Amino acid sequence: MELLKLKNINTYYNAVHALKNVSLHLGRGEIVTLIGANGAGKTTLLNTLSAVTPARTGEILYDQQRIEGCEPERIVELGISQVPEGRQVFKPLTVEDNLELGAYLRFRRRESRKVIRADLEEMYLLFPRLRERRKQLAGTLSGGEQQMLAIGRALMAKPKVLLLDEPSMGLAPLVVQEIFGVIAALCRDKGTSILLVEQNAKAALKLADRGYVLETGKVILSGVASELLDNPEVQRAYLGKEKKEIWEN
Amino acid sequence: MQRELLKFALFAALVLVAAPLYFQGGYILNVLVFVGINTMLAIGLNLLLGFAGQISLGQAAFYGLGAYISAILTTTHGFNPWLAMIFAALAVGALAFVIGFPILKLKGHYLAMATLGFGIIVYIVINEYVDLTGGPSGFPGIPNLSIGSISFDSDMKNYYLIWVATLGVMLLAINLTRSRIGRALRAIHDSEVAAQVLGINARLLKVQIFACSAMISSLAGSLYAHYITFVSPSTFGFHFSVELLTMVVIGGLGSIYGSFLGAALITLLPEFLRAFHDYDIIFYGALLMIMTIFLPGGLIQGGTLVWNYLRNTLGGKGGADA
Repeated sequence: MELLKLKNINTYYNAVHALKNVSLHLGRGEIVTLIGANGAGKTTLLNTLSAVTPARTGEILYDQQRIEGCEPERIVELGISQVPEGRQVFKPLTVEDNLELGAYLRFRRRESRKVIRADLEEMYLLFPRLRERRKQLAGTLSGGEQQMLAIGRALMAKPKVLLLDEPSMGLAPLVVQEIFGVIAALCRDKGTSILLVEQNAKAALKLADRGYVLETGKVILSGVASELLDNPEVQRAYLGKEKKEIWEN
Repeated sequence: MQRELLKFALFAALVLVAAPLYFQGGYILNVLVFVGINTMLAIGLNLLLGFAGQISLGQAAFYGLGAYISAILTTTHGFNPWLAMIFAALAVGALAFVIGFPILKLKGHYLAMATLGFGIIVYIVINEYVDLTGGPSGFPGIPNLSIGSISFDSDMKNYYLIWVATLGVMLLAINLTRSRIGRALRAIHDSEVAAQVLGINARLLKVQIFACSAMISSLAGSLYAHYITFVSPSTFGFHFSVELLTMVVIGGLGSIYGSFLGAALITLLPEFLRAFHDYDIIFYGALLMIMTIFLPGGLIQGGTLVWNYLRNTLGGKGGADA
């Protein structure tokens, strides 16, 4: 069952045509990855979904509803949260303030503080290191901890769809493993649907159910993740294997 | 919050009880009234600049509009001064709200230019609309504020009046910055995109805080007009917007008490530098440069450093608490 569906999305930055007729879908409880080089339009796609850089033409369907004209606020309210590129935690605020800001709309809707407090505790269970540092300023955390905080902050909105923008960026392999483990668990235990944008194509394809390859604003390939992993074109362009190596196999 | 209230109460006691006891009147009291007015203005700008991260070089215009609306309504049209003050604040707030939507789409230097332009337009209107404002020669004969039979006609009475208002604004600002809205403002400051994808309506919140800051400036303007009983355009020019910016930065961005320290320093400094006669402006400039180099976090950072040092050394000697 499709939860999120993009049809012929075109997004522009003034005259620059950043997304060209992009169509993709995301099922309930599915992990879909979007891979591609720098400047392919991966971040733009997430920002189009979050309505930060709205599409000029095309349709976005969420739970059978058209949402492409909505404000960013409404998108979050509907259950689509983004973990932005480069983490973007609020550095001068404490870890706990950051997490509480994730529940901004829930506070505004006057949801019970007890429930929100319980969710905060859940984040600390998910990322025990954040609990140790909850009174610390977010700017003093390590890169991996900041990434955990950024994910925790997005989860405080209780999303049904989580958009992740390069969570592995600049992190040590072990930390990447830990974070990808959490993403897998979120999908498995909570049924959260995940759209994962990555440059680390190998790790992303291993984690995901399906994948799309984006190049200069166009989807050039899509399919089951394991098949994409074996695709010679993907191997050459994104997995760093030389043509020769592929032939020798 | 408990500690915050205690700190505020201590500050209020110092300002309302200790200062007037020490300075029985005369010129210095007049300067201290201005410290109050400037503190209020600096807090207004600090909410915008220090918390939401949006610059305004047009604060003097809101200050001037408040002063002139109060002056014209009370003197030309015979309004009750309190009513005029509230009307002025609402009108200026509404104006800021309307111009805020297009202006606050801009960022950084462009926002600075746009607010600067607004400030210049208001200045020119005040200066040239002679029939309404009296033009460059000013607008005299504004009545003092009064409650019942008490007229706020002396420096001492105005000191209390204006400082009570300033403390009120201060308490409001402290509450605001420690609330959910305050956190959201600082989030916008740090990363607008990240704030937006959490569902914070950055555009609306920026405009709201801009309007709030304008209303505080307008209130300060009205109080100024009724205190001095005379207003002229030169008070509300571009240089005063820059002076306010200096107060906020020198005091400490994002600190309410910092705004007080900055306002106090910038208001009092020229009085102390008078001894240097014609060279005072050199000392003034040099002092500001030295402070920005060595105390980039503002006076409040210096104050915190001294306080921690004292506590550590005194605590160390006593050896009692750690």
